[in-house]
Amino acid sequence: MADMTDTVTAPGSHAGPGVRRFPSPLRAAPAPVRRLARHLGTLPFIAYVAIFLIVPLISIVIGAFQNPQTNAFTWSNVNIAVHGSYLHGFEQSLILSLLSSVIPGVVGLLIAYAIFTATGRAAQFLRQSVITASGVFANFGGVPLAFLFIASFGSVALVTGWLGDIGLHIYNLGFSLYDLSGVTLVYMYFQIPLMVLIILPALEGLRPAWREAAENMGARTWQYWRYVGGPVLMPSFLSCLMLLFGSALAAYATAEALTSGTIPLTSIQIGSFLNGNVLAGQQNVGKALAFGMVVIIAVLMTCYVLLQRRAAKWLR
Amino acid sequence: MTARANEKANETGTAAAVHAPRAGGPGEGMPVSLRNITRAFGATKALDGMSLDIAPGELVALLGPSGCGKTTALRIVAGFEFADSGEVLVGGRDVSGVPAAKRDMGMVFQSYSLFPNMNALDNVGFGLRMRRTAGAQRRSKAAELLDMVGLSAQAAQFPHQLSGGQQQRVALARALAIEPRVLLLDEPLSALDAKVRLQLREQIRTLQQRLGTTTIFVTHDQEEALSMADRVGVMRSGKLEQLAEPSELYSRPATAFVAEFVGTMNRLPGELTAAGSTVTVLGAACPVIEGGPASGPVDVLVRPEGLTVAPAEGGNGIVTHRTFLGGTTRVAVLLSGDTEVRVDVTSAAAAPMTPGTAVQVGLPATPVLVAPREP
Amino acid sequence: MATLTPAAADEATSTDNSKKRLRPRQQRSGAWRWVVLLIAGVYFLLPLYAAFRFAGLSGFGDVFTTPGFGSSLWLSIRLAAVTWAISMVLMIPTTVYVHLRMPRMRRLLESVTILPIVIPPVVLIIGVLQVAPLALRASAWLLALEYVILALPFSYRALDAGLRAIDVKTLSEAAGSLGAGWLVTLWRVILPNMRTAVLSATILIVALVLGEFTMASLDLQQTFPAWIVLFDQENAQISVAASIFALFVTWIFLMLITVIATRQSRRTGGAEVTLFTVAPRQTIGN
Repeated sequence: MADMTDTVTAPGSHAGPGVRRFPSPLRAAPAPVRRLARHLGTLPFIAYVAIFLIVPLISIVIGAFQNPQTNAFTWSNVNIAVHGSYLHGFEQSLILSLLSSVIPGVVGLLIAYAIFTATGRAAQFLRQSVITASGVFANFGGVPLAFLFIASFGSVALVTGWLGDIGLHIYNLGFSLYDLSGVTLVYMYFQIPLMVLIILPALEGLRPAWREAAENMGARTWQYWRYVGGPVLMPSFLSCLMLLFGSALAAYATAEALTSGTIPLTSIQIGSFLNGNVLAGQQNVGKALAFGMVVIIAVLMTCYVLLQRRAAKWLR
Repeated sequence: MTARANEKANETGTAAAVHAPRAGGPGEGMPVSLRNITRAFGATKALDGMSLDIAPGELVALLGPSGCGKTTALRIVAGFEFADSGEVLVGGRDVSGVPAAKRDMGMVFQSYSLFPNMNALDNVGFGLRMRRTAGAQRRSKAAELLDMVGLSAQAAQFPHQLSGGQQQRVALARALAIEPRVLLLDEPLSALDAKVRLQLREQIRTLQQRLGTTTIFVTHDQEEALSMADRVGVMRSGKLEQLAEPSELYSRPATAFVAEFVGTMNRLPGELTAAGSTVTVLGAACPVIEGGPASGPVDVLVRPEGLTVAPAEGGNGIVTHRTFLGGTTRVAVLLSGDTEVRVDVTSAAAAPMTPGTAVQVGLPATPVLVAPREP
Repeated sequence: MATLTPAAADEATSTDNSKKRLRPRQQRSGAWRWVVLLIAGVYFLLPLYAAFRFAGLSGFGDVFTTPGFGSSLWLSIRLAAVTWAISMVLMIPTTVYVHLRMPRMRRLLESVTILPIVIPPVVLIIGVLQVAPLALRASAWLLALEYVILALPFSYRALDAGLRAIDVKTLSEAAGSLGAGWLVTLWRVILPNMRTAVLSATILIVALVLGEFTMASLDLQQTFPAWIVLFDQENAQISVAASIFALFVTWIFLMLITVIATRQSRRTGGAEVTLFTVAPRQTIGN
C-alpha cells in the first residue's frame, strides 16, 4: 500500500508525510555523516572519472619522475623536457595556442551572437543548422582536415591558385600551410565551432532588458557594448578563451598530419614517444612532457573556474 | 495624497522615501498622444486602432488581462516596437521615426533591468553619462535620486546584492535621473512581494506627482491601477474599452467587460419596462443608466456594496457561504432562480447570517447598469 | 533574494518581456549578421569544395568498395553505441541527482567535465595504455570507455541545459508527494521531459566518436577515422572522399534529429531544441 510519503531519494522508507528525505538508517547519524551520504549519489560518476581519467593522469605524473629502468625517482626526464628542442616545442605550442584561441574566440563570438539574435522565419533554421554544424566541425580534425586544407591551401592547391590569379601570391607573402600561419588557419576549423558551442550559454545570460534599458537611457550600440554588454560578457568570454587555448594545446592529429615534424610542437613530441622512436634512457621523457602540459592545463583551469565564478554572479 | 503618503511612509518605515521637493526644471510633463495604433504579430492583432490622449503630468494606467496589448502599446511609445500604422505624438511632435535612444523617455522594466556590472550609483548615473554629463555632477545627481527613493545607503551595492524591491527603486531612480519627458512603467511591481508592492506604489505615485512627469503605467492588477492613476484605460484584445477616472470606471463601467474586470460585479436577471428606461429587479423598479440595451432580456449589474441583505424568514435567498474580509464580510447568497450574488455588509451585520440562513436581498431604487443577458 | 525565486517562476508563465529575444530595432542593423555568416560560411565550405573537386566523383564511388570501409564504419558505430549507453547510464542519474540534491556542486561538476577538452588525448592514451589490464588493452572497448570521458563536456552540458529548462525540483517533489519512488520518478517524470536533452547529447557523442582519430590510431584500433588515413599518397582521393562522406552524413543525421526533436517538443509546449542552450519560448507581445 503506497503511503503518502515523499520518497524521491529514499527508496523503501515508509515514513509518514512531513519527514525529511534522508535514508532511514542515517537519520540518526550526525550531520557530517549525513552530508557524506548525500554525496554518495555521485559515487558512480566519481568512480568512473577516477578510473578512466585520474588514474591515467597520475600514472603519467609518476612516470615523469621515474627512471625507466630502475623506477627510481629522477629529475632527468623533466630536465630534458624543459631544454633544447623540447623547450622550443613548448614555446611554439604556446604561441600556436595563443593565436588559435584568440582569433577563433572573437570570430566564434561574432557568429554565436549573429545566430542568437537573429529573428524572422529563417532564424530558427539558421540557429539549428549552425549549432549542429558546430557540433560536427568541433570534432573534425586530424588527417581528414589536413587533407581538406592541403587540397585547398596547399602550395599548388585550388584556393592558392585562385588567389594567385587575382595577384595574391600568398606563399610569396610568407604564408605557408606547413608552418605556424597555416596550422593556425587549419586549427580555426574546429576552434571556431567549439567557441560557438561554449559561448552560447553565456549569451543567453545577456538579458534583452539591459539592451533596452541602455537604449532607453540614450546609449547607442557601441556604448551598450562598451559599458554593459562587454563587461558583463567578459568573464565568460575569457573563460571560453582558456578552453580554446587548452584545446589548441591538446590538438595532435591535425598538426601531425600537416607538419610531420617540421615545427616542433609538444603534443607531437609526446606522440612520437608512443611510436617508439626514442633514445635509450629517455623513454619517460614523453611522460615528463605530458606532465608539463598537465601543469599548464591546471593553471588554465584555475583561471577558468575563477572567471566562471565571476560570470555566474552577473549572468544568472 | 502627499500627506497620506507621508503617513504611510512613516508607518512602514520608509520615511526616507519622501523628501524635499526638487526645484522645477526641464522634463516637466509633456502631453502624449497615440493615434490609431495598429500592430499585428503574424495573424494576431496585438493592437487594433488604439487611440489615447494623455495630459501633461498625468499618470495613466493601462489595465487589462494578458495579451490585451497594453505592453505592446507601451513599447511602441518607448520605441522598442514599431506600429504597423498610426502615430505617437509627444508634445505635439510625431516621434514615430525617432529611435528609442533619442526619445528622452525613462522606462522601468518588469525586472532584472539593472546593469549587473555597475553598482547602484553608476546604474542611476548611466543615462547622464550617455548625455555626457561631467563625472562629479553626474555622481551628485545620481546620489540625489538615490536619496529620493531612499537608497542612499545602497549606492555602492551591486544589483545582485539588492532585494527585488530595492532593485526596482534603483531602476526608477535611473529612469528619472535623465529628467524624461515621459515616464514608462512596464508592470514594475508584478515581480515583487505584496508588502513591497504597496510601499512602492506610494513611492512611485508621490515621486511622479512631485516631478510632474507624464507617466504611462502598465499593469494587470486593477487595485494598483485604481489606487495610483489619474485615469485608467481598460484594454481588451488590442482595444481600449474605457478610459476614465478610477471612480467613474468603478461606478459607471462602459461595458460589461470593464464592469467585471474592475472590482466584483453581480449579475441579476431583470425585466425592462417603460421602453427601457426602468428595469424591474429583485422586486424594485430602478432607473436604467444610459448606454445599455433598450429591449430584450437583460442582466442588471450591481456591485456587492450596492445590495442589501438581512435575515428574513421566507426571504428570496439562502446564504451559501461568507468570506471575512476584515471590516466587511462578503456574503454569498443563492437566490431563487439559481442566481448567486455577493453582498458586502459590515462584519457585525453579517454575524447572524450563517450558511443556510434564509435572507432577503434587496436593491435600493438607484440607477443601475444593464447589459444583454448572458445565457 | 527570496523575491527573486517566485519571480523567476512567474516569468515563465506571465507575459513578461525581459526574457524575450532581442528584436532588431532597425532593419539595417541586421546587415552585419549576414556578412559575418557569409564569411564564416565561405571559410568552412571552401575547403570542402576544394576537397570535393580533388576527390572527384570516382573517389566517392571507390570509397564504398574499398576494403575496410564496412568493417571500420561498423566498428565506429558500435563504439558510438556503447559510448552512448555508458554515458547515459552514468550521466543522467548523476546530473539529475546533482540538480536535485547538491545544486552547489553543479559548478564543480561543470569544471570537472570540462577537463577532457583541455587534456590532450595523446596524454590520456599514454596513461591509459600504461594502467589498463592486458585483456582490455587489446580490445576496442577500451576506446569506448575513454570516449565516455572525452564526451563528458558535451554530454554533461547538454543534459544540464535540459534539466535547467524544466523545474526538476518541483516536478520530483510533486511526484514524491503523490507516492512515487525515486526510480519511478526518474523514469516516468524526469526522463520524458529530458528527451530533447538526451537527443542533443546523443548527437554530440555520435559526432565525437565518428571524428575521433588520435586515441584510436595510437591504440591501433581501426575505427572509421583511423581507416580513412590509411590511403596515403596513391589513393588520397578515397581518404578525402571518405572524410567528406563522414562529415555530411553526421551533419544530416544531426539536423534530422534536431528538426524532429523540435517538432516533438513544440507539441508539448517545449522550447526550441538547441544543443547546449535553453532557448526561451517565443511569446507574443502584450
